Amino acid sequence: MFLAALWLALASLPALSWNLFADAQTLLSYPFMQNAFLAGSMVALVAGIVGYFVVLRSLSFATHALSHIGFAGATGALVLSLSPVYGMLALTLSSSTLIGLLGKRLYGRDVVIGTVLAWTLGLGVLFLSLYVGYATEAYSILFGQILGIGQQDVQLALWAGGAALLAMALIYRPLLFASLDEEIAEAKGVPVHLLSVLFLLIVGCAVAAAAQVMGVLLIFALLVTPAAVAERLTTRPPLAIALSVAFSLLFTWGGLAVAFYTPYPVSFFITSLAFGTYVVVRVVPIIGFLVARVRRRLAPSPVTTEQMSLVAFPKRGVR
Amino acid sequence: MSQRLQDASQEQRGVSREAQASWALGEVVAVQHASVRRGGRTIWQDATFTMKRGEFVTMIGPNGAGKSTLLRAILGLMPLAEGDIRVLGRLPRRGNPALGYVPQRRTLDAHLRVRARDFVSLGIDGQKWGLPLPCISRQHQRFLVQEALNAVEAQGYAERAIGSLSGGEQQRLLLAQALLGDPTVLLLDEPLASLDLRSQQAIAQLTAQVAHERQLAVLLVTHDVNPFLPSTDRLLMIARGQVTIGLPDDLITSERLSQMYDAPVEVLRDSQGRVLVFGLQQTA
Repeated sequence: MFLAALWLALASLPALSWNLFADAQTLLSYPFMQNAFLAGSMVALVAGIVGYFVVLRSLSFATHALSHIGFAGATGALVLSLSPVYGMLALTLSSSTLIGLLGKRLYGRDVVIGTVLAWTLGLGVLFLSLYVGYATEAYSILFGQILGIGQQDVQLALWAGGAALLAMALIYRPLLFASLDEEIAEAKGVPVHLLSVLFLLIVGCAVAAAAQVMGVLLIFALLVTPAAVAERLTTRPPLAIALSVAFSLLFTWGGLAVAFYTPYPVSFFITSLAFGTYVVVRVVPIIGFLVARVRRRLAPSPVTTEQMSLVAFPKRGVR
Repeated sequence: MSQRLQDASQEQRGVSREAQASWALGEVVAVQHASVRRGGRTIWQDATFTMKRGEFVTMIGPNGAGKSTLLRAILGLMPLAEGDIRVLGRLPRRGNPALGYVPQRRTLDAHLRVRARDFVSLGIDGQKWGLPLPCISRQHQRFLVQEALNAVEAQGYAERAIGSLSGGEQQRLLLAQALLGDPTVLLLDEPLASLDLRSQQAIAQLTAQVAHERQLAVLLVTHDVNPFLPSTDRLLMIARGQVTIGLPDDLITSERLSQMYDAPVEVLRDSQGRVLVFGLQQTA
């Protein structure tokens, strides 16, 4: 699967040797590429699964907000000369708890989230001006720096990802139930409020981990788009989750591989792959519908010529 | 003081012993002197009634009288201020498998792209933690889901996304999901809301048929009794904080309904026993 996806990604490049296995070997012979693939795969796996429920529960905006709130945490950590990840985790997890406590039904939840989001972004700007280090640090928080990811960050991504996966496996069925119909799930004994908070904590974890790869601004491409694509292709939840994971892995591996052979940033390729796929799944059904309509119009209809003339020249028919 | 406390505890025990005894008599739901308060306001008080196995009880009452609250109290989602409710001889608790519940529907999200069959199958194991184990019982589960879909005649759209289905179709699927838990009592909250006349008749008939076949006790909330009148054994009326249970003929009278809605109401009956309820203009 891994190699198949890699092959797909590499096949699109013209200036490569024909021996794709050797290409993969060169690609993975660099430690920084190994780190990138390891962390990227874990993040994609988690994002694919978590993303399905983000789409199902209409939490896209909350997720987006969490990543921006994480920006303040990351820059704050920089000011305190800590690793940005820790600051990011601290802020995303605490604000996930808060958003989770707001509940699913509360009217105007998006307004609350948006207000907090704007303020924390302001905080982030303040921290950034206080920070006297390199501008590249800020740049990588915003847009990701997967190729420069350190051993320690890989470890963190693996641990955070593993914890998120375990938690998702544990709450999968009740979460699906509560996402589809909160009232029935509650009557069936599902602790819906606890689940709501728990899931957002997992989202917070996934956001912090994904920000390592994609940066806080581009997180949508891994956390929402693959799930949105999968949801268009199937209505069966387990299959949709599998597809979502497959797409997010494909985008990540594809982006990494293409970026390796070009001087452009990985994030650009990952987001482009995600965007392109999304456009295809949304546009193809529309084209199919139009084609079918045109065909129906062009095809000789199974009516007799007499009837045709009735339709074409109604007056003559009446006469 | 201590004497009074002792009395109170004895009384409490007495109530539950009564309830235990009623379970032995085949009473699946026993409500004794129950009251519910919310935000300092008493919704209804001193409700006392029992439901037998297979009994069909239709609940009516004006908006805000606490009809849904009664269902929630039986489900264990709403604590009682006073009194006692027993479901199969036990105190109400969340997730009681003896109860099947279909809440009031505001129709599911149109963009919910989840297959109807998957939605229904959550009725079996949706509340369980952890991943489903791929063992032999999967085959049995699939059989049970198919059986429930057949029971509500939903085979035709089981593979479609629930969001794309009509209100009547969704109502059938919700019923199928509730049936999957193999309940003894069905609690339905306005199953006919936002359905057209034809679907109303179909859902009412289906509910009665399923309840009869499986010997389920049914407690359902409705604003229009007519579709359920042929199958209703007893009528439960909630109004002005009072809960009254009785035969439909005794309760659906101009006098009773005028009292219930706090407005002059006239009841007419046609040859088939259907009732027409008119709200009269208030004359000064």
